[in-house]
Amino acid sequence: MNAARTHSPDTPAAKLAFQLYVAIGIAVFLLMMIAGAVFRAVQAAWLPIPASFGYELMTLHGAGMVGVSGLAGAAVMWYFLRRYVALSTGMFLAMLALSLVGVVMILAAIGIGRFAGGWTFLYPLPAKSMGTWGPHAAGAFVGGLVFIGVGFLLFYLDCALAIIRRYGSLAKGLGLDQLFGSGPLDTTLPPTVVASTMVVIINVLGILAGAVVLVMSLVSIYLPEVAFDALLMKNLIFFFGHVFINATIYMAVIGVYEIVPRYTGRPWTISRPFLASWAAVTLIVMAVYPHHLLMDYVMPKWMVVMGQVLSYLSGIPVLFVTVTGALVNIHRSGLKWDLPLRLLVFALFGWAAGVVPAVIDGVIRVNLVMHNTQWVPGHFHFYLLLGLVPMLLGAMLYACTRERWTETALDRAAFWTYGVAGAVFCFVFLAGGWLGVPRRFAVHDAPWLGFAQVGTLAAVLVLVTAVVLGVRLLARLPRVSLSA
Amino acid sequence: MQNLAWTLTLVLMAVVAAVFLWVAAGASRAGGDAGASARLALALRDRLFWLVIAAGVVISVATLWEWPIAGHAAAAAKPDVVIRAVGHQWRWQLDRDTVQAGQLVEFELTSSDVNHGFAIYRDKNSMVAQTQAMPGYVNKLQVRFTEPGDYEVLCLEYCGIAHHNMRAVIKVRAGS
Repeated sequence: MNAARTHSPDTPAAKLAFQLYVAIGIAVFLLMMIAGAVFRAVQAAWLPIPASFGYELMTLHGAGMVGVSGLAGAAVMWYFLRRYVALSTGMFLAMLALSLVGVVMILAAIGIGRFAGGWTFLYPLPAKSMGTWGPHAAGAFVGGLVFIGVGFLLFYLDCALAIIRRYGSLAKGLGLDQLFGSGPLDTTLPPTVVASTMVVIINVLGILAGAVVLVMSLVSIYLPEVAFDALLMKNLIFFFGHVFINATIYMAVIGVYEIVPRYTGRPWTISRPFLASWAAVTLIVMAVYPHHLLMDYVMPKWMVVMGQVLSYLSGIPVLFVTVTGALVNIHRSGLKWDLPLRLLVFALFGWAAGVVPAVIDGVIRVNLVMHNTQWVPGHFHFYLLLGLVPMLLGAMLYACTRERWTETALDRAAFWTYGVAGAVFCFVFLAGGWLGVPRRFAVHDAPWLGFAQVGTLAAVLVLVTAVVLGVRLLARLPRVSLSA
Repeated sequence: MQNLAWTLTLVLMAVVAAVFLWVAAGASRAGGDAGASARLALALRDRLFWLVIAAGVVISVATLWEWPIAGHAAAAAKPDVVIRAVGHQWRWQLDRDTVQAGQLVEFELTSSDVNHGFAIYRDKNSMVAQTQAMPGYVNKLQVRFTEPGDYEVLCLEYCGIAHHNMRAVIKVRAGS
């Protein structure tokens, strides 16, 4: 629920900053959806585009989606967290400015330098392209990621300082003193602060690991005689990448904690299970990344066992605290459905359902025959396309439409079409993974073309409805309120 | 294994969808006793939590008691045949490509350049097993081919713009 007063001033600059994030976020999401849909059409053999260009699109889609998910998630977190702690608008804008510099470098790397090394820049691929891109293209891509990382780091450090100033420490922001204390809970600690503290902790560590591996990658690109341990690099890259993309949804879910109670009139306050779940997920998100490396048999056994076990446990806090909390909150509450609320509740479904194939893929025996098949984009698109994106859209729409909002038939049609087409898009990936269709192939063998063709049609529908929802949001953006 | 993963996913997702639909369908009706439904739901959640933890212990023991990857680390069976395979952008170099059905084959995988994925397919829609080929390391994968035929090897770790062309064939002949 709202703080009695906001701790960050609602200046015109702050409002403009949020509007910039929303506008740029929508534009980049739509452009990256186009890139993804075109890549799917290339797989479907419907577009006469060379495979090399397909891989450039794949690289652009991955890097762009991860980056914009981070920015938009941070915008939702900033929007609500600033009510409880004093956040800097300057740092918020610095993150955007540095990210835009990074985006320009990445666009140049791909568009001019023909870089197609994948967003995961898996060492030593950026430095070893077989002559298809040069060191400056790889350097611009990796350097662009460094700029974006520095921008995010500044923002999270500002959040960390603000939380420490208000609550005394990050441990208190996470509610650990209350979780392990014996006294009654202080329910004035907002769920938003708990979630934000978790994100700050994991992302500062994740980005620092990312910075190390990005600098090592730059060294390998410009000094080819310097070689690093490929397994160490892989561990650093997946730790960074896993933490960063997971943090996006933990930022976006703040919108659910803040907005759903306003529809139901039932407050969402902290409890011991809530605090325990966020404390657990702080550790799990950082320790679970070896589930990406189950097929690297030289990994220590204890790490792959940890990857499987924590992968299973990672679904529990989501399903048992946030989703249950939301369902209890809305059950027979007499709420009035509208577009922002539909999106937020649907997003929780997408997140919860998407956890299922992800956890199953984390079992080593399953991973042995499904790793790097389309099962993987199947599960992550489920909780990003059907979880993260509607969660962000719902929160941003609410910020722009509180009061005086009239839901139109177009809104309802766009919502349902997005949901159904998005689900079809994800299930086609999952079905492809079930039958062993590889991921990240620009050229598909004949038996796989049907999956790509149905997937392309679904992607186009998703894109059209996303445009409708995005335009609805942009049209209301001038009326955004920082205290909605 | 693939069928089990697919079926389980569909069933569990359907359960999640049913719960959401049931709650969402009644959400706009007022009159619910918020306190009573919260107590009931949270009590149910707590029981379900312990059930899921217990299921997790059973699943972990069942899937990890016997190490799931033949050839990984120690305690692997002695292979009948060893095939040394090296990944290069964009081809596989195998020191032999023909084995007999029923033999325990050990693949020793490494790479001369970037990361590759070594995935063995029975046909286009059925993967048998896989491992990564990484520069500086050797991953050992053991496979017992029970059915004769040609098994295709695909690269499943993105390795550059001809990644999809990086293939090989392992010929499995009927045992004598």
